Amino acid sequence: VENVKLLDRLSSRRAVVGTLYLTATHVIFVENGAETRKETWVLHSQISSIEKQATTATGCPLLIRCKNFQVIQLVIPQERDCHDVYISLIRLARPVKYEELYCFSFNPKLDKEEREQGWKLVDLNEEYNRMGVPNNYWQISDVNRDYGVCDSYPTEVYVPKSATAHIIVGSSKFRSRRRFPALSYYCKGNNASICRSSQPLSGFSARCLEDEQMLQAIRKANPGSDFIYVVDTRPKLNAMANRAAGKGYENEDNYSNIKFQFIGIENIHVMRNSLQKMLEVCELKSPSMSDFLWGLENSGWLKHIKAIMDAGIFIAKAVAEEGVSVLVHCSDGWDRTAQVCSVASLLLDPYYRTVKGFMVLIEKDWVSFGHKFNHRYGNLDGDPKEISPVIDQFIECIWQLMEQFPCAFEFNERFLIHIQHHIYSCQFGNFLCNSQKERRELKIKERTYSLWAHLWKNRADYLNPLYRSDHSQTQGTLHPQIAPCNFLYKFWSGMYNRFEKGLHPRQSVTDYLMAVKEETQQLEEELEVLQERLANLQKSQSGDNKVKSKQQDRSKQTGLYTSNNSLANTPQEYSNDLKSFPSRSPSQGDEEDSALILTQDNLKSSDPDLSANSDPESGVEDLSCRSPSGGGCLPSEDSGKDSDEAVFLAG
Amino acid sequence: MEFAELIKTPRADNVVLHRPFHPAVEGTLCLTGHHLIFSSRRQDNAEELWLLHSNIDSIEKRFVGSLGTIIIKCKDLRIIQLDIPGMEECLNIASSIEALSTLDSVTLMYPFFYRPMFEVLEDGWSSFLLEQEFELLSSVTNEWRLSCVNKEFSVCPSYPPVVIVPKCVDDEALRKVALFRHGGRFPVLSYYHKKNGMVMMRSSQPLTGTNGRRCKEDEKLINATLRSGRRGFVIDTRPLNVAQQARAKGGGFEQEVHYPQWRRIHKYIERFNILQESFIKLVEACNDQSHNMDRWLSKLEASNWLTHIKELLTAACLAAQCIDREGASVLVHGSEGTDSTLQVTSLAQIILDPRCRTIRGFEALVVREWLQAGHPFQQRCAQSAYSNSKQKWEAPVFLLFLECVWQIHRQFPCSFEFNEQFLIMLFEHAYASQFGTFLGNNENERAKLKLPQKTMSLWSWVNRPEELSRFQNPLYEANSLVIWPSVAPQSLQLWEGVFLRWNRPSKFLEEAEEERINIIKYNKELQAKVNALRRQLAELETDEQ
Repeated sequence: VENVKLLDRLSSRRAVVGTLYLTATHVIFVENGAETRKETWVLHSQISSIEKQATTATGCPLLIRCKNFQVIQLVIPQERDCHDVYISLIRLARPVKYEELYCFSFNPKLDKEEREQGWKLVDLNEEYNRMGVPNNYWQISDVNRDYGVCDSYPTEVYVPKSATAHIIVGSSKFRSRRRFPALSYYCKGNNASICRSSQPLSGFSARCLEDEQMLQAIRKANPGSDFIYVVDTRPKLNAMANRAAGKGYENEDNYSNIKFQFIGIENIHVMRNSLQKMLEVCELKSPSMSDFLWGLENSGWLKHIKAIMDAGIFIAKAVAEEGVSVLVHCSDGWDRTAQVCSVASLLLDPYYRTVKGFMVLIEKDWVSFGHKFNHRYGNLDGDPKEISPVIDQFIECIWQLMEQFPCAFEFNERFLIHIQHHIYSCQFGNFLCNSQKERRELKIKERTYSLWAHLWKNRADYLNPLYRSDHSQTQGTLHPQIAPCNFLYKFWSGMYNRFEKGLHPRQSVTDYLMAVKEETQQLEEELEVLQERLANLQKSQSGDNKVKSKQQDRSKQTGLYTSNNSLANTPQEYSNDLKSFPSRSPSQGDEEDSALILTQDNLKSSDPDLSANSDPESGVEDLSCRSPSGGGCLPSEDSGKDSDEAVFLAG
Repeated sequence: MEFAELIKTPRADNVVLHRPFHPAVEGTLCLTGHHLIFSSRRQDNAEELWLLHSNIDSIEKRFVGSLGTIIIKCKDLRIIQLDIPGMEECLNIASSIEALSTLDSVTLMYPFFYRPMFEVLEDGWSSFLLEQEFELLSSVTNEWRLSCVNKEFSVCPSYPPVVIVPKCVDDEALRKVALFRHGGRFPVLSYYHKKNGMVMMRSSQPLTGTNGRRCKEDEKLINATLRSGRRGFVIDTRPLNVAQQARAKGGGFEQEVHYPQWRRIHKYIERFNILQESFIKLVEACNDQSHNMDRWLSKLEASNWLTHIKELLTAACLAAQCIDREGASVLVHGSEGTDSTLQVTSLAQIILDPRCRTIRGFEALVVREWLQAGHPFQQRCAQSAYSNSKQKWEAPVFLLFLECVWQIHRQFPCSFEFNEQFLIMLFEHAYASQFGTFLGNNENERAKLKLPQKTMSLWSWVNRPEELSRFQNPLYEANSLVIWPSVAPQSLQLWEGVFLRWNRPSKFLEEAEEERINIIKYNKELQAKVNALRRQLAELETDEQ
C-alpha cells in the first residue's frame, strides 16, 4: 500500500509518508525519504492489538500495538486498503498452528552442528551439578520419565532422597495438575533448598499421607533445620476461595514442622489489567506529572512488582540467614511460583547474575517447569484471558535490582529488553509451547534455533561495564531494602516507553563506559606490543616496520574515537533533515536481525561482526555505534525539540 | 554575647548515636559555640561527627525514665538520634542546641569565626567579577555597556553595583526605568547567545497599575535588545490572571499597545511559599518507613514536587527555545524577579551555554544569576523541611534549581564537568556553611556585613585542586551544543541523592561511582603510557637511522 503516513505519537507534525508492505512474517514500512529510506519492521507475532479508527479527511487511521510496547499509528489513504490491511493483520497476528510461527522459517545461516551446539549452551544437568546435587540428600527421579506423572513437568526432577516413587506419585495426586514438590534451588553452603509445587487439593479437610511425607522428606534433606516454610504466594482470600473447589493450602496441623505463610501476589488477571492501565498512562499525550503519577499508582503495577520482590526477599532470607528450606506454591505453580523462585535464586546466588547464569535461571525456573509461554504471551491465537505479563514482571524485578546494585550484574539493561522482546517474537524456539513435553513433540531443537546461542554470540553488547567478578556486590546474597523510601521502585521507561527515544537519557553511561573499556583493552594489547618492541629494539637496536604500521593504525583509531564523541552530538543541532527524525523503529539490516525492532544503535551493536576491528575502517564503525550518545542521539534531539515545541504551544 | 552562656552542659559521656543504616555507636558528645561534636572512643573505629548548629532545622526530645533522647533533624535532611543518660544533661543539651541553632544575628554565624586550615590559592570573593564577564562579552559585541548607576545601591537595593545594559541607554534613563519596575529591578542583561546574538534579559514586573501607566524609557530599553524588524518574547512566570490581579497592587505586565514588538507568554511557576509546602510534604513522604507502595506513590504525587520540577524545566526550555530556535530575544520576569525569574534564566543558560556546564562556569552562573542578582538566600534558606516554626520567607527555590540541573545532568551524563556531589554540596552550603558566600540576601547586605573581608568564600575552598577532584564527573566530554532535555513525566525522577540520601544504603552506589572513575582513570593511564612508549620508540628509531 502506497502513500501511507506513519505518525509520531509525540508530535503530530512529524509524520512521514511511505509504503506499507505485508509479508508472511513482517509488517514493513518504508519511508519515501530520498536518501534514508528508513524502514520499520514489525514481526506479526509482536502485534498485540490492531485498532481501526474512524476515517478522517486524510485517510483511515490504523493503530498497531505491539507486545514489546511499540505503538504504531498509520494513516492509510483508502478506506478499502485500510480494511484489507486490518483483516490481513488480524489473521497474520493470530496464527493457529505453531508451524506458522517465525522460528520455523527463520534461518540465521548456521549449519546443523552449530544449531545443536546452540541448544547445548544451557544445560540444566550441568546446572544442578553446579548447585551441588545429586548428593546425600537429593537425587534425580525418573518417575516422570514419560511425563507419566505430570505432563507439565520436565522428565528429570530432583527430589529428596528419602522420597520414594510411591510418595512422589501419592503427593502428585494431591496437588493441582499433579505438580508435586520438586527442587528449584539448592544452597550448597547450608543444605537449605527452595522447592516448588502447585496447591494441595486439601479442600476443607482432605489430607494426603504421601504429601505430608513428601514435605517431611524436604525438611529432612536439610538436617540443620527442624522446620520448613511453606509459602503460598497468593493473597489469603484467593487461597481460601480455592478450598471450595477442593483445592486450597496446607493445614499446619496436618503437616508436622511447617510454618505456613501467605504472600499476597495477585493473579494473572489482575496483573494483565494492571499492565493495561499502566500502558494507558504511557500512551497519554503530554500528561502532567500528576496524571502520570496518579495513573502509575492507580495501575498498581509497582505495587505488584514490589510484592513479587518482597516474596523473593523473604525466601532468600529464610534460606541464607535462617538456613530453612522453603516450599513455594501458588495455584498451579507455574506463574507466581516461577517468579518468586527465580527472584529468590537470583538474590541468593551470584551465578544467576551473570549472562550465562541468567539464561540458565530462565531455563530452569520458567522453561523446564512448564511456564505456559504460549498461553501467557499469546503466541498462538487463544484465550485472551490466559494472557498475562508474568515473565515481564520478573524481568522488571531484575531491572529494579540492577538500579539498586549497579555493580552486581554482569549483564546490562539491553540484555533484559532483548530477552523480553524474544519471548514474544517467536523468532527462536526456546519459548514455544506450554511445556517441555509439547516442545519435544514439536521437535523444537531440530527445527528452530536457540535464543541463548544468539545472545551469547553477541554477549559483548550485553555486558555491564561496572561488573567485576571480584567486587563485594558481586559476592553472596543481595539484601535489598523493603520500604519504598529505602528501595526506590521506578517506572521503567527503558522498557515501557522503549520506542519513545526522546524520553530517555540522551547519553548512555553504559555505552560510553563500554566504549572506553573496549579502547582500554586495545591499549593494553598495544602496550604489550610496544613494550616487547622496545625491549627488542633496546636489545638489538634494530627497527621493524611491522610494529610501526600497527602503531599508525592505532593512532588513527584513537583519533577517530575522540572525534567521534563530538560527532555523536551533532544531531542535537537543529535540522529539518529527515535523517535526524526520531526513529520509531529504525531500519533493519540483515536477515538475522530483521525481527529485532530495536533502535539503530542497539541494532548495530548486536551485529556479530563488530568486535573485529583489525582495520581502521571497521574500528570507526564500531566506535561510532558505541560512543556515548551514538545512534541514540539521532532521534533524541528531535524529540527534545518536540517536548519544547509542546511547551511552546502550551505557552 | 558569649556562646558559653548558652552552653550549660558542654560535654556528656556514654551518649549513643543512632543513624539509619549505621550501627549505633557510643561516645562522647561535646557542644561548642558552633558545633555539636560526637566522638566514639572505640579503638577499632574511632569516629567523629561534626555538625554545625546552623545545620540543625529542628530538635525533639523524649524521655524514658532518666534516659533522654534527642532527635536532631538537619537542614541537609539528615535525621540523627542521640540517647543521653541523665535527664538534666539531656535537657541542658537540648536547650543549648535549640538556642545555638537559632541565633538571629548574622554576625554570630560560624563563617565569622571560621579560620581555614588550608592555604588560600585564589580568593573566591574576587573570582567571578561582572567586569570579567563583560570583557568576554565585549569581544563579541559592542552593543552593551557596564553601568555603575547602582554604585551606592541607591537605584536598586537588590542589584549589584555594576550591571550590563544596552549601550544606547544612559544612566539617567535607567533611573527612570527603575522607578517603573518593582523593587527598582530594571531589565539587565542575563545572557548573550553568541550563536545568533540573541539575548536574555531579566527584571521584575512593570508597575503599570490599574490605569496602565507606561514608561518610554522602559520601552526603549527593552526594544534596544531587538534587531530591527524582529520580535521578542516576554516570559512572565505568573499566570495571566495573577498578572492582571497584580495591577490592583500597582504591579502589572507589559501591554501589547506599548510593547508592540513583544509577544507575552505566561508560563506559571509556583510562588515560593507554595514550594516550601511542597518541599515539606516531599521530605515527609521520603521519611515514611511504611512498606506500602500505594501510600508512597500517592504521597509523592500529593507533594507536587515533581510537578514543580516539570513546570520549571518547561519554562526554561521555552526561554531557551525562543532564543536558540526562534532567534528572538527574551525578557523574563515574575513579580519581584528574585526567585522564579532567576530559576528560568539560569536553567536556560545550562541548556544553551556549554560554559555553564563546566565547574567554573557553573560557579560563575551561581554567582551571577543568584548571588549578585539578589536572590534572598538568607531568607529562603533560613529553615529547611523540618522547621516547626511558622514559615515566613523560607522556600527551596535554589534547591529546585539545583534539582533541575540534576535532571538535565541525568539525561546528559557526559556533558557536565561536575558530578552530582557538586550539586549536593551547593545545596548543603546554601543552608549551612562555614563560608560566607551564601550569607545575606543581596550584594548590598553582603557589603554592609563586610563578608569579603571577614569571611572565607566557598569558592576559595572548592576550587582547590584537592577539593575539585571530588566534584569532577569522570565521564565529561565537552559538548559544545545546546542540550534539550525531555520534560515528559517518564523522564523525570526523584532526586534520590538529596531526598533519599540518608534513607538508602549508599554503599553500592558509591562503589559504582568508584568503578566508573577507575575505568576512566585506567584508560587514561594506559593512554599516557602508550603515548610515552610510542615517543620513546620513535626516538630510538630515528637514532638508528
